Amino acid sequence: MGSREKCSVAGVEAIGPYTLLRVRRGRLEPGVPGQFFMLEAPGRLLPRPMSLSLAPPGELAFLIDAIGPGTRALCTLEPGDRISIFGPLGNGYRLDVERPLLVGGGIGIAPLAYVSEALDGPPAILGFRTADHAEAAVLLPGAQVVIDPILVTDAIPAGHDVLACGPEPMLEEVARLEPAAQLAWEAPMACGYGACYGCAVEIDGEIKRLCVEGPVLRAEAVAA
Amino acid sequence: MKLLNASGCLDALTAPEIARSLDAFVTKTVTPLPREGNAPPRIAEVEDGMLNSIGLANPGIDCFVSNSLPRLTELGVPIWVSIGGFEVADYGDLCDRLDDLPEVAAIELNVSCPNVDDVPASVGEIVAAARGATRKPLYTKLSPATADVAEVAQAARRAGTDGLSLVNTILGLALDERTLQPRLSRSAGGLSGPALKPIALAAVHACYAATGLPIVGMGGISSGRDALEFVAAGASCVALGTILFSDPGAPARVRTELAGELEQLGVDGLDNVIGLAHAEPAPHLARAERAASVSS
Repeated sequence: MGSREKCSVAGVEAIGPYTLLRVRRGRLEPGVPGQFFMLEAPGRLLPRPMSLSLAPPGELAFLIDAIGPGTRALCTLEPGDRISIFGPLGNGYRLDVERPLLVGGGIGIAPLAYVSEALDGPPAILGFRTADHAEAAVLLPGAQVVIDPILVTDAIPAGHDVLACGPEPMLEEVARLEPAAQLAWEAPMACGYGACYGCAVEIDGEIKRLCVEGPVLRAEAVAA
Repeated sequence: MKLLNASGCLDALTAPEIARSLDAFVTKTVTPLPREGNAPPRIAEVEDGMLNSIGLANPGIDCFVSNSLPRLTELGVPIWVSIGGFEVADYGDLCDRLDDLPEVAAIELNVSCPNVDDVPASVGEIVAAARGATRKPLYTKLSPATADVAEVAQAARRAGTDGLSLVNTILGLALDERTLQPRLSRSAGGLSGPALKPIALAAVHACYAATGLPIVGMGGISSGRDALEFVAAGASCVALGTILFSDPGAPARVRTELAGELEQLGVDGLDNVIGLAHAEPAPHLARAERAASVSS
């Protein structure tokens, strides 16, 4: 299990409609790509789970979509503000794959930037709702970008080891196309370390906690 | 004073170091048969609290005794087993299963889960069934969502409970900000966190006055000051719940803060604070009541 530390905000940058929050990491380890951290959301009772997007020297960076009160609080932080961060948590991607292909949809590209860095820039296909959202593709230089109504799942070439993150319908389609893919899922969670049982999902036919078993799972494990 | 976790707010097997920072670990409620729990979404944050509708997800008593309990015992922390049933006999059967196990320090009777449909009828009957099946210390966990929680507590005492766990969550509802649909799949869920604290304090205060029983106080405790208030209201132990989700280091922090609160109060030892919020100390009341019941 990860450790918990008060971290000071190093920078807050808009990337299209998203926000890249950078904090000084102190003694926190960045962990494996695909792992996540629980971020204190100022003024809110519960922390918010965020996968790590980048690990610049001495920092942790999180790509955040302000969709609710917690993420809005995180996106309005200012340099010098301090928040508690707990992690890294969960299980990330296995990186020992022969022909990696990163597949991301919307805010789901968040963990893929760190994967791309770790794998030295493998091919990537990213899908977005609008050209504005697609500005976030800057985090994965060289990635192929498609914009709605074209879907990433229309553009996946055969013969790759797919590492994906995105909205559920996208992941379900990736799982159908590539049963060996590694998929990063999302679920509401209060704690991130197995205490609250809020993030239960069906894994290998049993209800399990996504924070403990995942968030990255083999596609077959969640196939309906 | 002992510091515990509220049942269902910590998995000692995935977070053993946090469990070891407690004086006793209270398990998630165990039922006769395995339960997968309710469909997701199961949690929702609300103003000053959260709702959960986990639905007593647990492996069932057989798997718990053979699989979980031996691993929990290795932690070296006293284990309180929370049990729940769907009819009175379930509680007797579950207590019977646990009675011979030396690794079980106490049994908490969850007679108040808001997230299951079948709630057993009488707390008194349940406690009596449990009492008949075990010599272990029995703590009965009550809901504050009742007209008179003190009356229920008295019924539990008459039936032989050794103590009370106060309180369980109460039902609340949260709607999605865009769709106005319930945010939990089960619609309503149990409210916990700071919003529950005044309700819990009132229950502790009333049940202490009415029964004088040892009370594990819980409901929105997130600081040493909160813990102190529960003790003053009549709790002899306190349990941390929702705060563990946002601050896994809360047990150590609350202890430190509590020591500071005592120092500031100028009181030597927390035992001297128990029931301080009452004009009349409840143990006297309880003794007088017992004397009256014997002489009548």
